[in-house]
Amino acid sequence: MSNTQRSNLLHLGTITLLAVAFFILPTYHVGNLSRIMVLAVYAIGYNFLFGYTGLLSLGHALFFAAGMYGLGLSMELFDLTTAPALVVGLASALVISAVIGFLALRTSGVSFMIVTLMFAQAGYLTILYFGTYTRGDEGFVIQQADRVLFGVDLSSDTGRYFAALALFSVCFLAVAHLVQSPFGRTLVAIRENEERARMLGYDTVTHKLKAVIISGTISGLAGAAYALLFGYAGATFATVQYSIFPLLWVLLGGAGTTIGPLIGVIFMFYLIDLSSSITSAYMLIAGVVLVLLTLFAPQGLAGELRKRVFKWMP
Amino acid sequence: MDAVNILSTKGLTKTYGGIKANTDIDFALPKGKTMALIGPNGAGKSTFVGMLCGRIAATSGDVFFEGQNINALPAHKRISLGIAYTFQITSVFAGLSLHENVALAARRRLGSDVTAVDAKVADVLARVGLMDRADQIAGDLSYGHQRLLEIAMGLAQDPRLFILDEPTQGLADSEIASFIDLINSLAGETTILLIEHNMDVVMKTAAYITVLNFGEILAAGTPEEIHANEAVQAAYLGTTTDA
Repeated sequence: MSNTQRSNLLHLGTITLLAVAFFILPTYHVGNLSRIMVLAVYAIGYNFLFGYTGLLSLGHALFFAAGMYGLGLSMELFDLTTAPALVVGLASALVISAVIGFLALRTSGVSFMIVTLMFAQAGYLTILYFGTYTRGDEGFVIQQADRVLFGVDLSSDTGRYFAALALFSVCFLAVAHLVQSPFGRTLVAIRENEERARMLGYDTVTHKLKAVIISGTISGLAGAAYALLFGYAGATFATVQYSIFPLLWVLLGGAGTTIGPLIGVIFMFYLIDLSSSITSAYMLIAGVVLVLLTLFAPQGLAGELRKRVFKWMP
Repeated sequence: MDAVNILSTKGLTKTYGGIKANTDIDFALPKGKTMALIGPNGAGKSTFVGMLCGRIAATSGDVFFEGQNINALPAHKRISLGIAYTFQITSVFAGLSLHENVALAARRRLGSDVTAVDAKVADVLARVGLMDRADQIAGDLSYGHQRLLEIAMGLAQDPRLFILDEPTQGLADSEIASFIDLINSLAGETTILLIEHNMDVVMKTAAYITVLNFGEILAAGTPEEIHANEAVQAAYLGTTTDA
């Protein structure tokens, strides 16, 4: 079996497993999994920039929120129906990531982290400032009637689960394909040694800008889907916490692996879920586990697996 | 413009603050020949080639490549015109395989044509003698092999001008001998600008030599002329024993 066949098997196998999970897992876990899949889309977007291009952003909550509010506000204020609102959400994330990328890419390394963080904070404060429309921290509910897409009721367990699975599958496969393409490989080259990539004749600035836009748009898509599937948009999703989450998921799952984002989200979700059932000081347990993982599996779960066992892993 | 020169400069100058690294350099590189650029440490050789390929912005003066003024072009565009560059300090993609390192170099020109890229990779890896290591990770190679890999990455671009900044630095004698063979096998195929300290390599490969000293061209000519030039002997050859 060639490495490409193995990768395809891994990707399609993962999707099949998630589809089967709906029928065999108890309702509680099915609900969790739909949330996990949407968050995994967010992580996939983040991983594209961090894991493959080597750009560490601390401001992805802005893109997530751009998608969420693009969808939510266009429904709330302009009475758009689901599909057009989703397009508005996607477009908001695309435009905002293009602008932020253009500005932030004038910096690199730690400065890039700080600049993206600052933009995201500015975005969060903007949402609070226009509280009349956004309802600030309190947020607003997406009406039940608006949560129907192509005849599928996204507020039902089944509709929600398979909508999340469809979205996850598309992003998962698209990014897996993209990182193997010449464009994706050039991004990896930039991650490994930007000056060398530039001196091979690659326009590294344009490549990085495209990576920010793709990453930001996928993150925005996740934000819009989150609002749509779970029926709520609020300023919490624009806080710095939601910029740190995708970084944690990707680090734990394995940066620069296709499967890592999903693994990271599942791991983190159930780590908090299980530890909070044991003690109210669950963040203590979660914290210790995170420290241990960073010490003993610095490349993340999928990253370590690739290093030790499955060298072919994409 | 002399048509047989692939690259030339006019009054090329670089100053860092008040310090002149390169002053008024008028330089011409004949097409299809190997030229060595020599000079004592700090003579401004790396600054000069840095300005040629766009890594360093010139303070004043012009660079012409195949008759076209390329002053305004950023580095990656100059590379796309057919200038390949290897770094003085080895610079490869340490985390990627040799195959992928060279493929990245070839892909910029050949695009997504996988067959053509693979053929090119196989061809140049064989040429530098690294074919059997194609699947190894570049960072695991010895220093000498990494230098060869970088040369392979240059060759994979089918450059019209190949600039090598001290390629034999840190190579073993046997590796230097095969490097000389490699450069000589490229003669006529491409134009080579070689920054080199090892006079043995220079004498065995270069058709022309340009000597830089204190940021200015001290002399230019054939190896015999340079060898006989008293100013060069005083400035450069006299100091090689303690270099």
